[in-house]
Amino acid sequence: MIGLEFLNIAPQRFAEQAPALVVVGPLIAACAAVLAPGRRWAWFLCVGASAFAFWMAVVLASEVARQGVISYAMGGFPAPLGIEFRVDALSAMFALLISGMAVLTAVFSGESLETEIMSSKHPLMQGGFLTCLAGLLGLVLTGDAFNAFVFLEISSIGVYAMIAMGGARDRRAYPAAFNYLIMGTIGATFYLIGVGFLYAATGTLNMADIAARIPTLTSDRSIEVGLAFILIGLALKAAVFPLHQWLPAAYSHAPSMIVVFLSATATKASVYLIIRYLSTVFAFDWQVETAFMAFVLAPLSVAGILICSMQAAVDPEIRRILAYSSVAQVGYMTLAIATATSAGVSAALFHLFNHGVMKAALFMAIGGAAIHLKSQRLSDFAGAAKSAPWTMTAFGIAALSLLGAPLTAGFLSKLRLIQSLVAADWGWAAAVIGLSSLIGVFYVGRIFEVVFFRSEPEGGSAVREAPVSILLPLWLLAIANIWFGIDATIPLGLAESAAGAVMGATTLSPAGAP
Amino acid sequence: MEWTAPLLADPSLLFGAALLVMLAAILCAIVVSRKLLTSVALTGLFTLVAALWYIAMDAPDVAFTEAVVGGGVSTLILLGSILLTRESAEPVSPSRMVFPAIAVILAGVAILYAVGSIPGFGDPASPANASVGRDYLERTYKEVGIPNVVSAVLASYRGFDTLGETTVVFAAAVGVMLLLGFGERALGDPARRHEALNPDLVEEIDHHVVLRVATKIMIPLMFLFGLYVLFHGEVGAGGGFQAGVILAIALIVHALVFGLSETMRAFPAAAMRAGASAGVLIYAGVGVINMLNGGAFLDYDFLFPPPLEQALSGPDGHAGQHYGIIAIEIGVTATVASGITAIFYGFAGRAPDIASRGASRGPESGGGS
Amino acid sequence: MIDALATGYVYAIIVAMMMASLFVLLTTGNLIRKMIGLSLFQTTAGLFYIALSKVGGGTAPIIIDAESAVGQARAARLDPAYVEHFGVDGVVYGNPLPHVLILTAIVVGVATLSVGLAIAVRVREAYGDTELDAVRRADAAASEPEPPGPRGRPNA
Repeated sequence: MIGLEFLNIAPQRFAEQAPALVVVGPLIAACAAVLAPGRRWAWFLCVGASAFAFWMAVVLASEVARQGVISYAMGGFPAPLGIEFRVDALSAMFALLISGMAVLTAVFSGESLETEIMSSKHPLMQGGFLTCLAGLLGLVLTGDAFNAFVFLEISSIGVYAMIAMGGARDRRAYPAAFNYLIMGTIGATFYLIGVGFLYAATGTLNMADIAARIPTLTSDRSIEVGLAFILIGLALKAAVFPLHQWLPAAYSHAPSMIVVFLSATATKASVYLIIRYLSTVFAFDWQVETAFMAFVLAPLSVAGILICSMQAAVDPEIRRILAYSSVAQVGYMTLAIATATSAGVSAALFHLFNHGVMKAALFMAIGGAAIHLKSQRLSDFAGAAKSAPWTMTAFGIAALSLLGAPLTAGFLSKLRLIQSLVAADWGWAAAVIGLSSLIGVFYVGRIFEVVFFRSEPEGGSAVREAPVSILLPLWLLAIANIWFGIDATIPLGLAESAAGAVMGATTLSPAGAP
Repeated sequence: MEWTAPLLADPSLLFGAALLVMLAAILCAIVVSRKLLTSVALTGLFTLVAALWYIAMDAPDVAFTEAVVGGGVSTLILLGSILLTRESAEPVSPSRMVFPAIAVILAGVAILYAVGSIPGFGDPASPANASVGRDYLERTYKEVGIPNVVSAVLASYRGFDTLGETTVVFAAAVGVMLLLGFGERALGDPARRHEALNPDLVEEIDHHVVLRVATKIMIPLMFLFGLYVLFHGEVGAGGGFQAGVILAIALIVHALVFGLSETMRAFPAAAMRAGASAGVLIYAGVGVINMLNGGAFLDYDFLFPPPLEQALSGPDGHAGQHYGIIAIEIGVTATVASGITAIFYGFAGRAPDIASRGASRGPESGGGS
Repeated sequence: MIDALATGYVYAIIVAMMMASLFVLLTTGNLIRKMIGLSLFQTTAGLFYIALSKVGGGTAPIIIDAESAVGQARAARLDPAYVEHFGVDGVVYGNPLPHVLILTAIVVGVATLSVGLAIAVRVREAYGDTELDAVRRADAAASEPEPPGPRGRPNA
């Protein structure tokens, strides 16, 4: 399915433990990294543990492809008494995306941290990063509603502090991190309250068990409100418009390493949980839910796509342009999910994967450039392509992909988004995507004009070529953007089997267009 | 089945009602107060009354945790941060209250609408109380073999959650160390050593020999109590978290009375950093041993290789569960005690900086160090 | 019915407190007060869970022997049929599961509080104030002529 099955060479007994190992590996490495004697050691641990997690994720994905859903009982207690890790194609896809991005970020982090954080604190940064990785992986693998809350917090708490570490260069990172902490914690607490209602109504915390008990209930009210609280909480975490205000500031002032990783994974893990609740727990066939998706989620997504694209078009700071565009892209995904069709979910997942690949590349290129250039104003990148051709060419490829130019990954995923919307009779929504792509032409064009066509300022550009340890992961991502634009077997295969896993079992009630 | 609901006869109910009204009153006072010190004191009070309410709700473990964590550590950190920031909050203009008020009222109405369909308060037959929760009560003694069901669920049935929670403390300690350092500034400058906490406080204390002597006696007792809570968690209220917090508070009391630098000499920041990660390592390590012995992660029945487990436990013993729970509780205690102490060092180590800058309050541009 | 009236107030008060703390959190512009509101909001979510776990006439979920003096004293206050139906081996206990969840949530809460306050301290050091309005004004002033650019070597 993914072309990496050859990595599934682990002995069977080892493979059986993969669901636990994928989380425990980075967790143990996080503790070790904090104790590491020097920053080199911490970096090695970080790369090694991410690679281990990726390996385990590959093992998981190929096992899932071979034998279907994997259930792993933590502590040996069967669900619902104990906590269950429940891995299906959807979880496996996210685990692959998150751990794969972690490997690239870990490689990138070495040189990048060097310029941004004082070296005695590198082990702590690497430890915090690995903790966040373990949290995100646990979040997408767990089958327990409360356990997901714990992982939501693990993946966030260190991140708040690490975003604030951008304050050494730009003090605006402090209020941005604080705001994120407040919004993120409100989101998590809303989620907690929502889970409380589900628990009050069903008496269990295991997601599959909740799903099984919901149809037997006589009253829906606490389920409805529970779902509402869970979705609002997760929408805050996923930066769904209009709950996205924390994101642009947090992304534009955080240390590069954190922003590369978060932009590719963190909001996506919350999108995963939204899909999980809408599909597995509530089975998509619930009247209130269909109404919610058609009349709340879809309009909000449209508003988010248009408004944030326009904000991206006028903002003077390069990282904030990309951050606003991220919010707009989350809107694409939720819009496709709102159709509640298998094609829609699959297109959303496909786009989510590609968006991770392109945004990570974009932020990585900016991070590479930022080693020498402390400013983030777009105008300071004038003529950067001349002084840093390798870095900026990779940046250009990813930017074209963001735009949806043909022969890039972005093109294929936009095409599928539009196809799925048209197939669901949501032609107006497809038009919105077209319109926002036009705005995209404007802001990507603006970046291109400055980076590639404007002449260097007096005395030469401050941008220099990034070191090899940054160019390597950067170009891997850039090539992936082209590769997946020509041959999309891998991401498409992942997205389709993931959508099949969550949508297949349920009979879909077609959602009416609003 | 014929039975009478004992709700109205339950004396704890009346007690609970009174406490809830108190909580509401305290919260109202917090809403209107603008002095930060008042708000913090009231918040501490709120959590203590909440702890009493938890006792009325038959949740002594939660009450214990809320009292030591909410009433102790949270209040301390809040006080420390007021010292480092400012005394009172700016008033909020009414126009800014409109949107939040609407949002809050909407959310409140939504919850009340849902609460209507939840089975009545105290109903033993409600889904929450009748399904998994009841299973634990019936199975714990057979499967885990310890009387405190909360400890059993926490450490064994849902031990993975508890590992996550320990990790959260570890992550928070890492975060605070990143942001505020390890209190090294308190040690760095000899001239400042003595005033490492609030200078006024230290001077004040020099006149209080009684306090010093009393503290010297108190601290060993607090340590002893912490250890008692750790190992007593299986049979009564208590466990790793509470124990860890108590140990940390003992160190904090020491620092408050004898000065931060004294405490940091005895318990260096590097050791606290190591302790915080060692605790998580112990916890996860137990899980890895279980896997090596052929069980699932954190399945303490596989703490020992199966033949040894049989020899230790006999026909219906639970040696693996017993020792496994003790081992992970020690891990939790290590992380919580060291983590909270490290967090305290971070805040307290910042104090001399601010104190010396306090006179010239104004926008400073520097990033800190 | 009497029971429902006599006990319905519990959830009503908890929900009101939940919303009051959310209100504090959303309206104030002071970072410390925001953290206080957040911490109270988390505490009230805990109150909600523990209210769910209450079992009428129950005792703390620490297994005791029904034949012991304590167990018999407990049972004496209750209808035997009730104990028979809802008790475990002759004793009625509270529901342990929400207790476990809220133990976890309390610890998560203090962790969030400490990180949030640490960031607030850094805001105070960087801006000289902990009011968001003042921070916004300072940022607006700084971005007019020249953005806060390079700030020298990376530091803490």
